Amino acid sequence: MKSKAWTEKFMQGVFFIAACTSVLAVALICIFLFANGIPAMKEIGFVKFLTGTMWKPNNKIFGILPMIVGSIYVTAGAIIIGVPIGILTSVFMAMYCPKQIYKPLKAATELLAGIPSVVYGFFGLVVLVPVIRDLGQTMKNAGLVKSAGNGSSMLTASVLLGMMILPTIIGTTEAAIRAVPTHYYEGSLALGATHERSIFKVVIPAAKSGVIAGIVLGIGRAIGETMAVIMIAGNQPRMPQGLLKGIRTLTANIVIEMGYATDLHREALIATGVVLFVFILIINFSVALLNRGKDRE
Amino acid sequence: MSNQTTFGQKLKTYLNHPGSFITMLLVMLGAILTFSVLIFLIIYILINGIPYIKPSLFSFHYTSENASLMPALINTVIMTLLSLLIAVPFGIFAAIFLVEYAKRGNKFMNVIRLTTETLSGIPSIVYGLFGMLFFVNTLGWGFSLLAGAFTLAIMILPLIMRQTEESLKAVPDSYREGSFGLGAGKLRTVFRIVLPSAVPGILAGIILAIGRIVGETAALMYTAGTVAKVPSSIMGSGRTLAVHMYNLSSEGLYMDQAYATAVILLVLVVVINSISSVIARKLTKA
Repeated sequence: MKSKAWTEKFMQGVFFIAACTSVLAVALICIFLFANGIPAMKEIGFVKFLTGTMWKPNNKIFGILPMIVGSIYVTAGAIIIGVPIGILTSVFMAMYCPKQIYKPLKAATELLAGIPSVVYGFFGLVVLVPVIRDLGQTMKNAGLVKSAGNGSSMLTASVLLGMMILPTIIGTTEAAIRAVPTHYYEGSLALGATHERSIFKVVIPAAKSGVIAGIVLGIGRAIGETMAVIMIAGNQPRMPQGLLKGIRTLTANIVIEMGYATDLHREALIATGVVLFVFILIINFSVALLNRGKDRE
Repeated sequence: MSNQTTFGQKLKTYLNHPGSFITMLLVMLGAILTFSVLIFLIIYILINGIPYIKPSLFSFHYTSENASLMPALINTVIMTLLSLLIAVPFGIFAAIFLVEYAKRGNKFMNVIRLTTETLSGIPSIVYGLFGMLFFVNTLGWGFSLLAGAFTLAIMILPLIMRQTEESLKAVPDSYREGSFGLGAGKLRTVFRIVLPSAVPGILAGIILAIGRIVGETAALMYTAGTVAKVPSSIMGSGRTLAVHMYNLSSEGLYMDQAYATAVILLVLVVVINSISSVIARKLTKA
């Protein structure tokens, strides 16, 4: 009996240690990123690093504002494109979809989430980039823009990221809509509202916090996306100059230059990662707050 | 949820409420757009990629004349096995602790939950940076499959933990009580009764994790490196299929092979997803 009790205690310890890995992992990630990134920021100067509009590693000028703005712009673009389509699709899934086709469609949204980002990026490269290039050419011929751009642009990245965040938004929004008690919808119908009016005036407002959480998760996915963006955004490290011009995001900055960077340049790239990480932590924190708010209701 | 109405009634309602009609059209349009994007992407890649799938792509050696994907495919399998080997025990044990041992409302539980959520929100490039700083440099492993596998293991840990937790929670308490009633200890109950009943759910989670490993690029470029051959040991550098695909398309010299690789990746992901959903469906039936 004694040895049995000992095994019980021992295994409980093992389970406990396993449970601590995620805490340890987050701690290690924070420590290593901050310890390697903060000194570089100090050396360059926090304000200069964050608000400098020039990124010229060869001249030891490290300002990442173009990349911060670039990340924010493509994310905003992705939200503008992805959120309406995502919400409409989730309304379809939850309130319109005939039962027979629900399962395949649900599987399709999961597949959308499972497609690797390189495949999305490749698709963007061979399909979206030429389309946007032609669009730019047409607009130039029509005299709407001064230069056509080569297709790798902010617009291309926004469209592709908009596609990529669809599954995130559809999943969360659909769950939120389904969580609204049926009598809200039925009550609205009973008062004479149409199916559509009941959904958009009663059900969706009731599901608001879930919908917002989905959007915030989508923001997190878009801002952290790396490979797909590199393949289609042009990656010029300068302040964004228009929808049809190339831009570089924080994530792209790291991957593109890490291969050959040394010394301060390398540390500046890690510091770029720190900035990205802080953005993500803020986003995660707001999702957690939103979810907590939902639980309390 | 919709009421039983005839087509004629619906039409009448829409005629009286043009706003609702337009809204309905918008909803349909949104859904059609989403699914046609997916279908277009898959069909486009299949049509353009399948003609380039040739036996030479599966030669065991990558040369500049023949950008074979075989070494990358083998590396992907090794990487998947290694990452799972590391992450699955930790993930399952952690979930066992959270569901079977920890007291509800414990402060420390909240910390674990919060950090797990944080982990699942971290983008892969940040994992890549951390892996490079910690496994590659600090531990001195260099660019290696092992460094890549550890990085990916941390990345898939929250996924496996959450799936296992959900499946453990779904096991009815009567199973546990029955086992205790027959005199089994806690540990025996967990391993002999609870865990076997939760296997399908855990499996579905592991398969989803495989999908993430197969598709991962950013976390591997600076941990496992981009060497296009199968290393002699797990301490050597090697590129997985997704990294291979990125390199091919960014070099721009091997677009045909990139198309073919995209097909293979896509097929892998579709297969992995369907296996996972089949298992999940079995689970809901049982």
